[in-house]
Amino acid sequence: MISPSGLPAQPAVSTGRRRRDGGRSILIAVVSTLVFFSVIGWVIVSSPSWPLVQHDFFDAEVFWRYLPVIGSAFVTNIALFLITEVLVLILGLFIAVLRSLPGPVFFPVRLVAIAYADIFRGVPSLLIIYVLGFGIAGLGIPGVPNDPFFWAAVSLTLVYTAYVSEVYRAGIESIHPSQAAAARSLGLTQAQALRYVVIPQAVRRVIPPLLNDFIGLQKDTVLVSYLGLVEAFRTANIEQQSIFNYTPYLALSVIFLVITLPLTRLTDYLVARDRRRFLAGAR
Amino acid sequence: MTAEVVRIEGLHKSFDKLEVLRGIDLAVREHEVVCLIGASGSGKSTLLRCINLLEAIDAGRILIDRTDITLPGVDANKIRRRIGIVFQAFNLFPHMSVLDNVTLGPRRVLRLPRDRAEDDATELLARFGLADKRTEYPDRLSGGQQQRVAIVRALAMHPDLMLLDEITSALDPELVAEVLSVVRELAAGGMTMIIATHEMGFARDIANRVCFLDAGRILEDGPPSRIFSAPTEPRTRQFLDRVIAAGRM
Repeated sequence: MISPSGLPAQPAVSTGRRRRDGGRSILIAVVSTLVFFSVIGWVIVSSPSWPLVQHDFFDAEVFWRYLPVIGSAFVTNIALFLITEVLVLILGLFIAVLRSLPGPVFFPVRLVAIAYADIFRGVPSLLIIYVLGFGIAGLGIPGVPNDPFFWAAVSLTLVYTAYVSEVYRAGIESIHPSQAAAARSLGLTQAQALRYVVIPQAVRRVIPPLLNDFIGLQKDTVLVSYLGLVEAFRTANIEQQSIFNYTPYLALSVIFLVITLPLTRLTDYLVARDRRRFLAGAR
Repeated sequence: MTAEVVRIEGLHKSFDKLEVLRGIDLAVREHEVVCLIGASGSGKSTLLRCINLLEAIDAGRILIDRTDITLPGVDANKIRRRIGIVFQAFNLFPHMSVLDNVTLGPRRVLRLPRDRAEDDATELLARFGLADKRTEYPDRLSGGQQQRVAIVRALAMHPDLMLLDEITSALDPELVAEVLSVVRELAAGGMTMIIATHEMGFARDIANRVCFLDAGRILEDGPPSRIFSAPTEPRTRQFLDRVIAAGRM
């Protein structure tokens, strides 16, 4: 027996069996998934208060009516996280470099950088937003704006710069010292070695964790609603209170998923690709 | 007599409590090729790294062209640009093409304009059979090709002195020859070199002088014909016997 490719039949039999096995595992996966979600769905739908919950949270008419309203308010969140992300990328690297400056002369600089990262990672974001947005803005110092959007951007930038600087620092420390030594041996200064050799490699290596922090930042833009900024969450909140229905929150959740899911998938893909490369490199 | 390029006097170097170099004296003249041999851990690599100021020394002096480079206030970057070093593990920059690896020093340290640095690099790469690898990244090259690129990267700074730190130790045996032939070409061109190596046959061929290092000291220093056939120190003889037994010579 000869297979269509012209090869002897023997290998074709074994690949055929593998393919059948593949088909069977897909079938098992489909059945198991259907059973699993059917049971959960049945438990929820058959619960005594389901009609009430369905009306309060899953009202299709309310969903479609408020989706555009909340969507247009979401533009504020997008503007906020885009501006903040750019600032965080720049400042985070700056703090990480400050923290990796060697020698006793730079001890105070390192100390300030460490204290900053510790404090802003250790205090809940919401408290920082309150303290800066109401506290500093409330001082009424001439020339300091008291626009909530401004303070929202400042707070989120400070919080996420602290996280991202740690990510950058881990990346810088993961580059083997022999790379800096090779650069120094060519006569490059410490700063040049960092700029041309260490940082470019470190940044490539930390792109997946950076994207992870950005997903967190995008979600945290709802926190600034506490400053009185009418963004998407605040809008959903206002609508919910006027119609006594929670479905606007569902609409906002869907909007967030549309934004964060692609980023989440991209991050997972990059992590998997890095692992493949690492394994290939390890040989 | 040609001028002295390097003079080392009473060099000591410790890592924490481990004394790696215990009083090294060595002078190397222009166009001279000196091979450092000795067991792993005898201090060969550390000595090379000290000459390039990649390691801070504890005692002694290192003079390059009669200037003491161990004095405080010496601009280490200025010294390093005149001394090329090639490492055992190549240490190419993986995020840069071959051409960018080679031109980084000339462009950022010597401040050559890009086109001049690239012309120069292309010429050097062609000389060592790497012309077609200009745009490749290091991970696409064989070990032998990577090490030749690393040599070219050091040469692109037009150094007065080359330090080669066991540059064939990380290579598959069939790739060693192509790298050693590059070094032979450099020697023929009159490059002053200090070479730490385990390749005894190569050391015998290429060196004007061979230094046997043992426990952080230069135990024996002389022409290869004498060191390899009639060493005076029992430790040298012992080392060479072991090397011959291992089939490395």
